[in-house]
Amino acid sequence: MAYTKRFDGRAFDELRKMKVKIGVVPRADGSALFSFGDTIAIAAVYGPRPLHPQHMQNPEKGVLRVNYDMLPFSVTERKKPGPNRRSSEISKVIEWALSPAVRIDEFPNTVVDIFIQVLQANASTRCAAINAAAIALAHAGVPMNELVGAVSIGKIDKSIVADLIKEEEDYEDGEGATDMPMAFTSRSNKLCLLQLDGKISGEELKEAIKAGEKACKKVYAEQKKALKMVKE
Amino acid sequence: MEAIKQDSRDMKSEMTEQTAEKKKRDIVIPGETIVTGSEYLPGDCTARDGEDIVAIRFGLSDITDRFVKVIPLAGVYIPRKGNSIICKVTDITFNGWIMDINSPYMGFLQVMECSKFVNKNDLTEYLDFGDMVVAEVYAIKHRGVDLTLRARGLGKLEDGMIISINPNKVPRVIGREGSMINLIKHETGCNITVGQNGLVWIKGRTVESELFAKEAIMLIVEKSFVDGLTEKVEEFLEKNRKKFGNSVKSEEKGK
Repeated sequence: MAYTKRFDGRAFDELRKMKVKIGVVPRADGSALFSFGDTIAIAAVYGPRPLHPQHMQNPEKGVLRVNYDMLPFSVTERKKPGPNRRSSEISKVIEWALSPAVRIDEFPNTVVDIFIQVLQANASTRCAAINAAAIALAHAGVPMNELVGAVSIGKIDKSIVADLIKEEEDYEDGEGATDMPMAFTSRSNKLCLLQLDGKISGEELKEAIKAGEKACKKVYAEQKKALKMVKE
Repeated sequence: MEAIKQDSRDMKSEMTEQTAEKKKRDIVIPGETIVTGSEYLPGDCTARDGEDIVAIRFGLSDITDRFVKVIPLAGVYIPRKGNSIICKVTDITFNGWIMDINSPYMGFLQVMECSKFVNKNDLTEYLDFGDMVVAEVYAIKHRGVDLTLRARGLGKLEDGMIISINPNKVPRVIGREGSMINLIKHETGCNITVGQNGLVWIKGRTVESELFAKEAIMLIVEKSFVDGLTEKVEEFLEKNRKKFGNSVKSEEKGK
């Protein structure tokens, strides 16, 4: 049986309900909470501030440092706290996704730290993390060329769907599930994150990227709305 | 009471704001187009992208005739030459003090730049770790900021209270030509120095009057872009004068 109806009854290009809150971490320079349905991520931004150890400093431009982690209670099976292979990879990937948007070269020898915690996970945690981090960076007053929006696009059996949930990731019938997190910059519309887990043909990949571009516009609209609501 | 040093750049921009034609200020986000058209000129925190003027920081857009800028709402303090700032001694070297200036970069105060004689063998005699100083930025180098104490109103802070505010709100707290800060000084009887880096030193004869001044400053920071802010602050000072004790009043009588 082909995958014609989604587990949670959404349309194929429909995202889960997004929620954005700004200023959730009072001691941070900027912070935001972003959620895709049950997936909730909090990002806190500190800096630009002096970078230590000194050998990590770059006299030509600043350093962006991302720390992504999942809280022990965020998943069904308790996650051992602290960094692991998966979280260090995701940290790096998020850093690369955000770096084209941030004007980090204005602050040589300094660091901008982004700490991301996943409170609750139901797939697409790295996408929620990128969205939260982009808002938090803007809220912290870091100079940026544009924002970054991220969404996961999947191919379940033969259909291209947006914003996967856990059940869809684990779908095994027919051609199975393919999960592709992707991120686009808001203004220049450049692809700045593309990962792939599964199988997909060239034609379908093009289609998926187009769907991702469309979905990221919706994410951007939500980010923009939230930032505009901030009280002076 | 000593006149406060202030950023002449901010004053100038605020004065032009009043005379020139003004549009309503809107919140803009990074990457958002503020206006389109090659006749507009990009100012602070904006960039040109083709025909568009784009915001590169989160803040309020401000269009004065053809000049477009963004007033940031958040962000770290970026030192500028001539700023008077409040800083803290974090380290001592053989020829000066390293200061925390509430910015991404460190400040350095040379012994040479002190206003009086300092025994070079023991710099702690003049400034020790943790001491707070009002200093002026006199040079910005590729790594750090050079400070000086050789001007009026600069030097070590011996007592009083220091509060920290958002450095982007400092021009609001000072007000046009120092009007706002002078109002608070007058009403509370406190001596106040607002550092451009967002640290504010308050010294009154009683702790109550210092707390009163602090509350007033916090009010300005919170409501910084409300219309008729000066009236609001006046109202606040009037209403709370009783609450913060008779000490303030008796001080005024003493004058």
